[in-house]
This record gives sequence, C-alpha cells and structure tokens, in this order.
Amino acid sequence: MNRNRYRLLSIPYVIWVIGFTLIPILFILIRALTDDGGAFTLTNIVAIFSPLHRKALIMSLCLAFISTLICIILAYPVALILRGSRIKKKNIILFILILPMWMNFILRILAMQMLISNNGIINHILELAGLSPMNIINTPRAIVLGMVYDYLPYMLLPVLNSILSIPEDVIEAAKDLGSDKFHVLTRIIIPLSLTGVGSGITMVFVPSMTEFVIANILGGGKIQLLGNIIEQEFTVSMNWNLGSGLSVSLMAFVLITSFIFGRNNESTATGITI
Amino acid sequence: MAKELIRFENISKSFEGTTVLKDLNLSIHENEFVTLLGPSGCGKTTTLRLLGGFETPDTGRIIFDGEDITALPPNKRQLNTVFQKYALFTHMSVADNIAFGLKIKGADKSLIRDKIAYSLKLVGLEGFENRSPASLSGGQQQRIAIARAIVNEPKVLLLDEPLGALDLKLRQGMQYELIRLKEELGITFVYVTHDQEEALTMSDTVVVMNQGIIQQIGTPEDIYNEPQNAFVADFIGESNLLDGIMVRDCLVNLGGLDFPCVDTGFGENTPVDVVIRPEDVELDASGIGQTSGTVTSIVFKGVHWEILVESKIGINFLVQTTEHYPLGSSVGISVDPYNIQIMHKPSSEDERVFDQDETVSGENYEP
Repeated sequence: MNRNRYRLLSIPYVIWVIGFTLIPILFILIRALTDDGGAFTLTNIVAIFSPLHRKALIMSLCLAFISTLICIILAYPVALILRGSRIKKKNIILFILILPMWMNFILRILAMQMLISNNGIINHILELAGLSPMNIINTPRAIVLGMVYDYLPYMLLPVLNSILSIPEDVIEAAKDLGSDKFHVLTRIIIPLSLTGVGSGITMVFVPSMTEFVIANILGGGKIQLLGNIIEQEFTVSMNWNLGSGLSVSLMAFVLITSFIFGRNNESTATGITI
Repeated sequence: MAKELIRFENISKSFEGTTVLKDLNLSIHENEFVTLLGPSGCGKTTTLRLLGGFETPDTGRIIFDGEDITALPPNKRQLNTVFQKYALFTHMSVADNIAFGLKIKGADKSLIRDKIAYSLKLVGLEGFENRSPASLSGGQQQRIAIARAIVNEPKVLLLDEPLGALDLKLRQGMQYELIRLKEELGITFVYVTHDQEEALTMSDTVVVMNQGIIQQIGTPEDIYNEPQNAFVADFIGESNLLDGIMVRDCLVNLGGLDFPCVDTGFGENTPVDVVIRPEDVELDASGIGQTSGTVTSIVFKGVHWEILVESKIGINFLVQTTEHYPLGSSVGISVDPYNIQIMHKPSSEDERVFDQDETVSGENYEP
C-alpha cells in the first residue's frame, strides 16, 4: 500500500521524461531513419562518414578530449589544495570558483570573445607591454578556452567532492604504514577519487562533444564542429532528416566514449554527487 | 623492569588556544601493555597521535629507543597504528591492505605472501585474502586493521580505541585476543580507551589522564585499590567518594563519626577526600555496626545486589553485596580500616581538575 502511494510521487517526473525525453528521441529516431518522402533509409545515419562530417566529428572529439583533459589538469590540484586548507578558506575559494556558473553562459562566452579577439583586451595589454599580439579568436584554441571556461566547475565539483570525502584517518594509515606524500597520492588519493574524476569526465566531455554555441561565437564560424553542422541542417538547410541522422550518430559516439571512460569505474554512473 | 623504549619529556600541546596536554612526562618500556585511560578530551588520543607522528608537540620531545623522534614524520617511525574506525583501504582487497606497508618498503613477493598468510592466521581470518574490506563485519575489519599494522613488525603497536565501535560481546572477546596477540608478538602495546574495564583487563600499566594531566600511573591493581586522588577513584569503578577530616594518624571523621583507618602522615584535623569501594561496605541485618541506616534502594545486578543505604551520619552509602536486604529495613554499617582510602584534597587550581565529575566511562558500557 505504502509503496504504491510513494509511486504516485514519481508521476510528474514520469510525465516529464516521457514528454521531453522519450517522445523527442523517438521523433529524432524516426526522422533519422527516413527520407523526405518518409521512406526508410540509412543514408542519414551513415552520412556521418562523409568527408565533411567525419572531419567535424574528429574535430569535436579532439576538442572535447583536450578540454576535458585541461579541466582535469586544472581541477585536480585545486581539489588537492582545498583538501589541505582550512574550512573557512575552503568555502570562499570554492565559492569564487563556481561563481561564474551564476551568470548566463552565453554572456560568459561573449565576455571571453571581448578578451581574446584580435583587438581585444588581452592583445591590447600585450601591445602596451611591447609584445606581439596573439591570434586566438577563430581558432580551435579559442573554442577549447571557452569550453574549459564554461565547464571547469562541472569537473571541479565532483572531483573536489570525491577528494574531500576521503577520510583523514585513511591517509594517516597510509603514512603510518610508510607512505611518503607521493605514495599517499598515487596509491590512496588518486584511486579513491577516480569516481569523482569519472563523473567530471562525463559532465565535461558530453556537453563539449555536442557543443556548437561556443564554436559559433569564439570560432567565428570558421571551425565546424559536428554540433554546428547539425544546427545548420536544422536552421539553415532545413534538412531535418540529415540533422536527426547526425544527432543519432553523435549520440552513439557519446555513449561509446562515455562507456570507454567509465569502464574502469563501475560506479561512474552513481558517482555524480553534486 | 624491562628497558625503557619511549619517553615523553615535558610535552605540551594546545589546539587553537585550548591546552590539551600540560607538561606531560611518561616512560613506556619494552614489551609493556600501557593503557592511556581517561574521559573524552583528557588528552589521551593526542598523546597517542604525538607518538604516531600525526601531531607535533608545542614544547618537549619524544625519545624512542634512545633517539629523538619529535620531528620525524609518521612514515619514518618504527611503530604502527590501529585506528578507531579501522581506516582500511576500501579500493584494495584484504591481502593488498595487509601488504601495503611491505610493498612500500619493497619486500619481495614470496615474503609478502607468507606474511599475509601468517598475519591472517594470527588474527584468525585465514582465507580472507581476496575479500573486499567492505564485505567484512566490524570485528573482522578491525582484525584486518591489526593484521595490516603488525605485519610490518613494529616495535610498538598504537591502538586508538580499537574496540570502541564493536558490540559488548565482541569487545570482551577481542580484549583477550589482544592480550594473546601481544604475548605472541612480544612487542609494546600503547592502548587508548575511555573504558576503565578494558584498561583494567588488558594492561600491565594504566595511565589515568584528565584535562591534559596524568593523574596516576600504576598497575591495574594499584589504580583500583590505591587511587591517588578523587578523580581516579571516581573514574575507575564505582565508589563512595566522601568528604572527611583526618583527626589524627589512623583515625578519620566521616559525618561526625570517627572511623579507624590505616593511613598516616596527613597531619591533624586535615580535610581529606575519602574513598570506600561499594563492595567494602559491610551491612548487618541485625543492626550491629559502626553506624546504622535504612535501605532506600536495592537493584539486582546479576553477580551482586546494588544497595543504597541512608545512614544516620547523613552519608548515603553505595553498597555491593551478594546478600539481599529488604527495602526499608534497618541495617548496621561497618567498614574495615584497611578498606578506607584517604587522599589529599586538591590544593592548587591545576589539581582541582581531579575534582571534575566526569564519569564518561562505565555509563555507556555498564554490563
């Protein structure tokens, strides 16, 4: 009886999932597997392997991979340092690090554009310092910069959470048994924080992989990610069938890569703990 | 006594302005089972952590086997710790947990394998090599934590309330196992607990601490029978803690009545603290005794009856006896002279901490 009553609480969520997840995915699948006339075809799915699309897919994969890696490299030491610091400081630093999340992300990317454009603030400062200006905007570097800027908190929070939740006495036990700082890091802290890193990878890699707004603004339309191509199929070329086909292929790629990343770590799926 | 192994010299330690240890001096000998006993916040765990290398003292030094180890980090010390909450490595198997210290030292594989088998046998968990720590019960986890520590052949094993998280039955069993383990290994155990029964059962030497000061060091018998002050008397076992006046040598006045005792050297008409253990108060159903009183409460405790007697001299005696006395009956009360323990009243502020009524132990774990 009780169990049935609790089930009722899930109704809003079930409606949400059916209305905004399952039905749209179904529509996308139908579009992806049919042509203009509604006849079954695999053309839209295999279109991912055409030279143009393949190039965009590889670019998406590379940039997502690099962004995720940079996020790990930036977030992990910060998490380690925060673990070592006192509680008051910890909260303030954490607050500063996630403060950008409170602002609209398109605004953040536009601000980044102002900073790195050819006559932007950074180049202006370089000029004043007598240095040659840097060409960042409209390159893959700019997109990586934007992705890292946007998604770093999504890496930091799960990583920090997993590192902070390692009990102090476990680390003391490792020291007690003869570990120096290096062994404590490699044999205790890193293995015990892999769940958090796994969650972080999922939360940074997946949106990076499907990104198109950052590429539009910071890439100046010169760098085509798969996300951009899909967007254009829907909004410019009005070829919804091809757009859907590419989306399905991209989804498959995301699933495969997440699976590869998460395989060493069964708890990745449950490790999202922010 | 055996050779001195560890010496704390004038150790003081405070955390954020709160003094935890005040000028602590303590010697620990080879093959000794030393228990640091006291209520929470008495500094016993800090003392252990200083020895383990997890804290550094503000002043003073720690000598280990003739060497000053005050500034030595934990990984360089020849001792190992068993933590209260086991602190097992959950990402490793039982075997890898035990092998951890040996692998760091670079021991070869066949030696590690032998040692894992030997230490698991020692703690009675043969065949548990490939289990995950999470799949074990609390008692089993604690045994693995002990195995993980002793496999490194430390000269001293530090145990921080290792039985605190176990249930009563298991805790009593583990007490005997720890004694056996110490005999087999022939090493020094430094044990921290707030459970006086645990301390009395296992130790060669008990160090009673309160508010960062050592109150008494002695064998379990000394601590129980000859408490040096009211705090020790109150903390170790149950007792009648009374205000008295030492009339002259061998005579103490309690509630206006003079009782013969065996203590001397307190001067004349000196206020003193007096301890009489509940099992040392003798009752007489026909009313014969040094004084008399009325039974106001009687509770069956299994081995004995616990009785409260309101005496004519205004003192409520707690009495433990195997005889039954009906509620409300009149009884005679007497105490043998050698069962009256006389102690100095605290004379300074520092000593006054003895008087603090902190009976954390016992209350939780009373059988």
